[in-house]
Amino acid sequence: MSIRKLLGVRPVAALSAIAATVLLLTGCVGGAATAPGDEGTTTLHLVGFAVPKEANNAIQKKFADTPEGKGVVWEESYGASGDQSRAVVNGLKADYVNFSLEGDVTRLVKAGLVDENWKSGPTKGIVSDSAVVIVVQKGNPLGIKDWSDLVKPDVKIVTPNPASSGSARWNILAAYQQVIANGGTEADAKEYLTKFFNHVAALPGSGRDATNAFLEGSANVLISYENEAILARQSGEDFDYILPDATLKIENPGAVLKNANPKANAYLDFVLSKAGQEEFVKKGFRPVIADTPIGEVAGANDPAKPFPVPPKLFTISDLGGWDAVNAKFFDEGGLVPEIQKATGRSQ
Amino acid sequence: MTPSAGTVEEAQQPASTPPAGAATNAGGPGDRHRLRRAKSATSLTPVSGLGLGIALMWFSLLVLIPLTAVLVQASAGGWSAYWDALSSPQTLAALRLTVGTAVLVTAVNVVMGTAIAWVLVRDQFRGKRLLEVVIDIPFALPTIVAGLVLLSLYGPSSPLGVNWANTPVAVFLAFLFVTLPFIVRTVQPVLLELEHEVEEAAASLGANRLTTFRLVILPSLAPAITAGAALSFCRAISEYGSLVLLSGNLPYSTEVASVRIMSSIEGDKLTEAAAVASILLVVALIVIIALDLISRRVARYA
Repeated sequence: MSIRKLLGVRPVAALSAIAATVLLLTGCVGGAATAPGDEGTTTLHLVGFAVPKEANNAIQKKFADTPEGKGVVWEESYGASGDQSRAVVNGLKADYVNFSLEGDVTRLVKAGLVDENWKSGPTKGIVSDSAVVIVVQKGNPLGIKDWSDLVKPDVKIVTPNPASSGSARWNILAAYQQVIANGGTEADAKEYLTKFFNHVAALPGSGRDATNAFLEGSANVLISYENEAILARQSGEDFDYILPDATLKIENPGAVLKNANPKANAYLDFVLSKAGQEEFVKKGFRPVIADTPIGEVAGANDPAKPFPVPPKLFTISDLGGWDAVNAKFFDEGGLVPEIQKATGRSQ
Repeated sequence: MTPSAGTVEEAQQPASTPPAGAATNAGGPGDRHRLRRAKSATSLTPVSGLGLGIALMWFSLLVLIPLTAVLVQASAGGWSAYWDALSSPQTLAALRLTVGTAVLVTAVNVVMGTAIAWVLVRDQFRGKRLLEVVIDIPFALPTIVAGLVLLSLYGPSSPLGVNWANTPVAVFLAFLFVTLPFIVRTVQPVLLELEHEVEEAAASLGANRLTTFRLVILPSLAPAITAGAALSFCRAISEYGSLVLLSGNLPYSTEVASVRIMSSIEGDKLTEAAAVASILLVVALIVIIALDLISRRVARYA
């Protein structure tokens, strides 16, 4: 008898569990389905890395005033570039993505979410530029002018962790390639990078964490991105930054997904217009369209002339592209783990 | 000493052994069924069957299935890929630092946590209620904020004149901070339940305070202490957030296992990440079992 009861009860439990699950699922689906809402509005989903959020928002506002952008409503998600890219692969809805690294878009190409020809446009898929800079304490007490000054005694460097943050790789590559841009050999570059790592005091998780660690006084030199330095100064941080004569151009890609709403293409076109690029400029990014009007950029070393072109500005393609770079420098057995092993052990 | 110890044990018995009726009473309304069908060990009353069903489903959805997924992912590349992932010296250094520091932190917590619980239960002092509330703060604070706070306290601009940022000490401190409440919170209620009369009885039978603590109080607290220690250890080996700013993530020096896992994920090497995670799972399992054995051993004195 109690077995019958038992049988009678178990299905009830199962049923109630199923009912709860169904309710939960319909709740989710219902929420998503009602989002597009009123007639005449289109919802576009932007997934991006956190830094250019304000620039994106300003561009969206301008876009809404154009015929194509009329009635577009945005749903946005911001976070660490790699995490965001993986989230899209795992099903996060996106029409337009804006990442800090080409590899984060390549991941979507491999997953069949972005067309293989995403780099065929005039800017090769890049929507904003920046440059690797050296940040120092106010007044530059150590008198640092260039990369070579970073391996002098007393210098303690903080730079984001190139292993756990993809964007941090710009910095390490800049430190390496500047030796070659200045006429050195690969061996010289490796030697420099080894000395560089001997001066590294901390490798925080992300660019912003590195800035915080630097501001807390963990080190006296921060390797950062020009836009990050300008943005921090715009928000009141008091430090100097130096654009070295030889440095790496940072290129942030943007792409439209294959199954995106067509309006997303119009948005990408608008991002690449002068009006769109102007908003990136205001937040400290270098424009990718040549004759973008450049007004005053608060926070820049010289607000009137914020983006001087360094004599030796190299790009990632000078290093052979990201695939080659990752294999040579960052993967297990690459140059950076090897150097870290040597310097880490000696510390 | 021996006869005295014997009597102390006797005196202490009623408190530490759960009342004989407790286990059978737990069945509540289903008691009669159980008595009638006592021979069939698997029989459950409808209510407890439902309870077990829900518990198992809940546990499976939240724990068993995800853990299995980690193990499946770890074995995706076969033994050689698994071995490659773990034979990296940088990963080994990170695992050593993580597990070693977690063991140390747990040992400190066992002593300090028990002491704090003791103070909170047995002593009356001004600000006791406040302290009770503050103990739980490490649970409430987002770990990245904890990292920031610790950095300003023990970092380069420390008001205490120390600079432990970017050293292994920082890892130790961060682990201590996030694991502090576990043992306090597991020991405290047990200590509250412990009856004074038992200690008085032990004293009247000639036990000094140390003997009373060792033979009467400690055995009763042991399960709570080890449970808290297990929680504290497991929480420590998985810590990530508070270290982001504090430890500097220096390979071979302050890089912990979770940062290695993060690096593997960033490099799209999920198998490598799962391999490291599986080692942490195994270590956690070993420690939990070891603590359980210790707990049984200590409690056997009772």
